[in-house]
Amino acid sequence: MLYDVVVIGAGVTGAFIARELSRYELKVCMLEKETDVSMGTSKANSAIVHAGFDAVPNSLKAQLNVRGNKRMPLIAQELGVDFKQIGSFVLCHSKEDIPKLEELMKRGISNGVEGLEIITGDRLKAMEPNITAESIAALYAPTAGIICPYELTLHAAENAVENGVDLKLGHEVTSIRFDSNIFIISSAQDEFKAKFIVNAAGLYADTVSMMAGDNSFSIKPRRGEYVLFDKAHGNLVNRVIFQLPSAKGKGVLVTPTVDGNLLVGPNAEEIQDKQDTATTCSGLSEILRTASLSVSLPSTGDIITSFAGLRAGADTGDFIIRASEGNKRFIHAAGIESPGLTAAPAIGERVVKLLEESGLRLVQKTNYNPSIKYGKAARHMTGDELNKLIRQHPEFGRIVCRCEKITEGEILSSIHRTIGATNLDAVKRRTRAGMGRCQGGFCSSRVVEILSRELKVPAEEITKFGGNSRLLMGRTKHNLETNC
Amino acid sequence: MNVKKADLVIIGGGPAGMAAAIEASKNGIRDILILERENNLGGILHQCIHNGFGLHYFGEELTGPEYAWRFIDEVHARNISYYVETTVINFGPDKTITAINSQEGLFIIKPRAVVLAMGCRERTRGALNIPGTRPAGIYTAGLAQKFVNMEGFMPGKSVVILGSGDIGLIMARRMFLEGAQVKMVCELMPYSGGLNRNIVQCLEDFDIPLRLKHTVVAIHGKERLEGVTIAQVDEHRKPIMETCETVTCDTLLLSVGLIPENELTREAGIIVDRRTSGPVVNDCMETSMEGVFACGNVVHVHDLVDYVSREGARAGECAAAYITAEGDKAEGGEIQITAGKCVRYTVPQKIVPKGQKNIRLFFRVTDIFRKVKIVVKANGETVFERKRNKVTPGEMESLEIPGSILNSPTNVNELLVEVQNIEEGQ
Ligand SMILES: Cc1cc2nc3c(=O)[nH]c(=O)nc-3n(C[C@H](O)[C@H](O)[C@H](O)COP(=O)(O)OP(=O)(O)OC[C@H]3O[C@@H](n4cnc5c(N)ncnc54)[C@H](O)[C@@H]3O)c2cc1C
Repeated sequence: MLYDVVVIGAGVTGAFIARELSRYELKVCMLEKETDVSMGTSKANSAIVHAGFDAVPNSLKAQLNVRGNKRMPLIAQELGVDFKQIGSFVLCHSKEDIPKLEELMKRGISNGVEGLEIITGDRLKAMEPNITAESIAALYAPTAGIICPYELTLHAAENAVENGVDLKLGHEVTSIRFDSNIFIISSAQDEFKAKFIVNAAGLYADTVSMMAGDNSFSIKPRRGEYVLFDKAHGNLVNRVIFQLPSAKGKGVLVTPTVDGNLLVGPNAEEIQDKQDTATTCSGLSEILRTASLSVSLPSTGDIITSFAGLRAGADTGDFIIRASEGNKRFIHAAGIESPGLTAAPAIGERVVKLLEESGLRLVQKTNYNPSIKYGKAARHMTGDELNKLIRQHPEFGRIVCRCEKITEGEILSSIHRTIGATNLDAVKRRTRAGMGRCQGGFCSSRVVEILSRELKVPAEEITKFGGNSRLLMGRTKHNLETNC
Repeated sequence: MNVKKADLVIIGGGPAGMAAAIEASKNGIRDILILERENNLGGILHQCIHNGFGLHYFGEELTGPEYAWRFIDEVHARNISYYVETTVINFGPDKTITAINSQEGLFIIKPRAVVLAMGCRERTRGALNIPGTRPAGIYTAGLAQKFVNMEGFMPGKSVVILGSGDIGLIMARRMFLEGAQVKMVCELMPYSGGLNRNIVQCLEDFDIPLRLKHTVVAIHGKERLEGVTIAQVDEHRKPIMETCETVTCDTLLLSVGLIPENELTREAGIIVDRRTSGPVVNDCMETSMEGVFACGNVVHVHDLVDYVSREGARAGECAAAYITAEGDKAEGGEIQITAGKCVRYTVPQKIVPKGQKNIRLFFRVTDIFRKVKIVVKANGETVFERKRNKVTPGEMESLEIPGSILNSPTNVNELLVEVQNIEEGQ
């Protein structure tokens, strides 16, 4: 089949590009090397929908951030994604730094951010009672919010698929040829033909670019580590609390997550290995120390997990969203570091415009549906809604994950939805089963059993996240005996 | 939403909850309902297929499931109602319970009394903040036990165990017997957190090394675990980096402590003791909320199920008394029990004097001590003491003190429990 467009990479960037393309009468395919969408940077980040005061005015980051932020409420509604516009504070810890706060506000205004204001004194304390006494002023941005990044990515990708986009998981693009005006894109298993390519390969955007003979930029991974606290502490702060960059560093943030935990991080460390998402002792203590300038943190015994994400920054410092120098039918969406999550919907629009400029003909579909086909997740239902559901589908009354109160019904749906879960972590990202304080200690064995039953594969083949991440290593002796 | 009534609701159908239900039934309560989230009564005992249960309670050695069945049979014999696959999702003021299951959907129960018996969960890697990668192959010991004993799967073949809690020790032996290579058990403290008999029967008998004062400082492997770095720790429990050593393994089991599951308790506004992570209770096992009792591992982590059952029975008996005597409450103030020198906590934390004959106190010490006496003081004066050859934090201590000490000297308002050197006297 000859595709009009192949999008390489199914992170949040690729997903929104595909969704935007799915509005038109086009044959589109997303190629993703991992076994699920959102397995790269879009899985592990701060999950903030930034207001947009941070980026240098007129940069792509600034424009697309502000545009993405404006579109997010409607998009979240269409995609059934939980989005809470709780606002953000940038805290200032010393008098001398107040001019910097004012500078930031000016920058925000010129970027088009609405509602910015500097807050001090009693009002500051009233809005955030738990911040430290040294926090003397804050830049308040009411349009900032929190979201679940993998839910956003998954639902955007699903909406694209529901509108006709093909998604090929487990296809790592290894080479690209351009022959008689057609791209031939190879993975280990298959070949795909396309008239246009969009490179949304995140950390590997430079590698993919090179496959097409374009080495105009390189991507350097910068790791950020986080700790996540128990839900008991989700109310420590009411907003996203940033720190003003100071001589001591860029600062780390403290924020509630959209699911009610408390998230602290990230640091920033340049590393070499694009797969090195290990956390480090020094990194974790650095973020905890730095965050305590903003609020006094709960005891580390209440941390439920720690993780790291890799920023895919380009050497140019800004997003790279343009046609390749060598071939205008090859469009880059590269260097998408923060605020990429926020900007993704706007990146999608921009990439489609560039494709059009490069000659892609856009004809609106008459049956495009911007809304995801699934209703509210059971965990967001009212009691009466839930009872109605349980009467029809009793499995929604059987709780499997006791910490997050996730039912068997939700786990089954996560396996059988448009982009279904095929491993333990994929179930976890779709349902939150295993995301709670026991970190899957109680429910993992049940989820493995359900996956095995529904996917009709032996339990020993169920993985944590694809590849060689198998959870079990065969049967016990006792079982071997009784089986033969 | 469907609203039900009951005299007594017991949240959790493990050994604590069943003992409470049985005792309440013996004391004349008919309208009892046990709510259990798993698909059968018995709780964690079903996956504990080793023996060693029941020595104190039944005077014989049973396996976990055998021990559980003694109680399950009695629950059946007494016609006590229970719901399985039913999870309580909210416990509010006025003792209102919201629960969910597949037959009833979400429903509400308004009982006259409640016994909390939700048990505990295992501490995870997150709480220890162990840095490194996040591959498959890291399990809490209890999850590994469930895979092996209940589902018949091996979670791995080459194992390092962090933490020498009892489940970790039991799993060291279990994995060994199933043909896995158990490389070592690392323990942060200078002593094991498990029972002495488990160290002998689960490690020494199988030549599995116990590395005291060691911890895991890093985790390696991208997809499946490939190894861990361990290091010795100094007296402040900080790793000594020069002693780092990498051990290859495909599995890391964590047995690093149990945490009473008190989310419902906290939601209801019941006072929770920071040392035990369980509700503060009096000698009737009553919590700070009137008519709400608690027992078993939800109150404090026990080493032996026998004591859990005893505590459950006490809670059931007192809940029954509360229901039958509703209205006429015991007069008189509460006596605080203070954990004194070298004692980490006591359960109960309070006594309501009602002329009781005996009072059973459970407590844990803060370190290993040899040749000591346990001393109970009332208003500062020693009223009771017992010698002990050795006490350790890994083994819960229990004392039965005569109720008469509450009246001498007159008006006792504080009891203190402490450990003293025998030589030291006072
Ligand atoms: C620490 C940190 C904090 C952040 N915080 C925020 C924030 O608070 N708010 C915000 O707006 N943004 C934030 N960001 C930025 C945001 O997370 C990213 O901009 C965004 O997730 C990038 O998405 P992406 O789709 O471009 O990349 P990715 O999510 O990495 O997706 C790229 C995909 O391409 C696939 N791929 C790569 N090579 C190939 C190939 N050869 N063949 C097939 N598939 C391939 C990958 O597997 C991957 O799935 C943060 C980033 C980091 C690291």
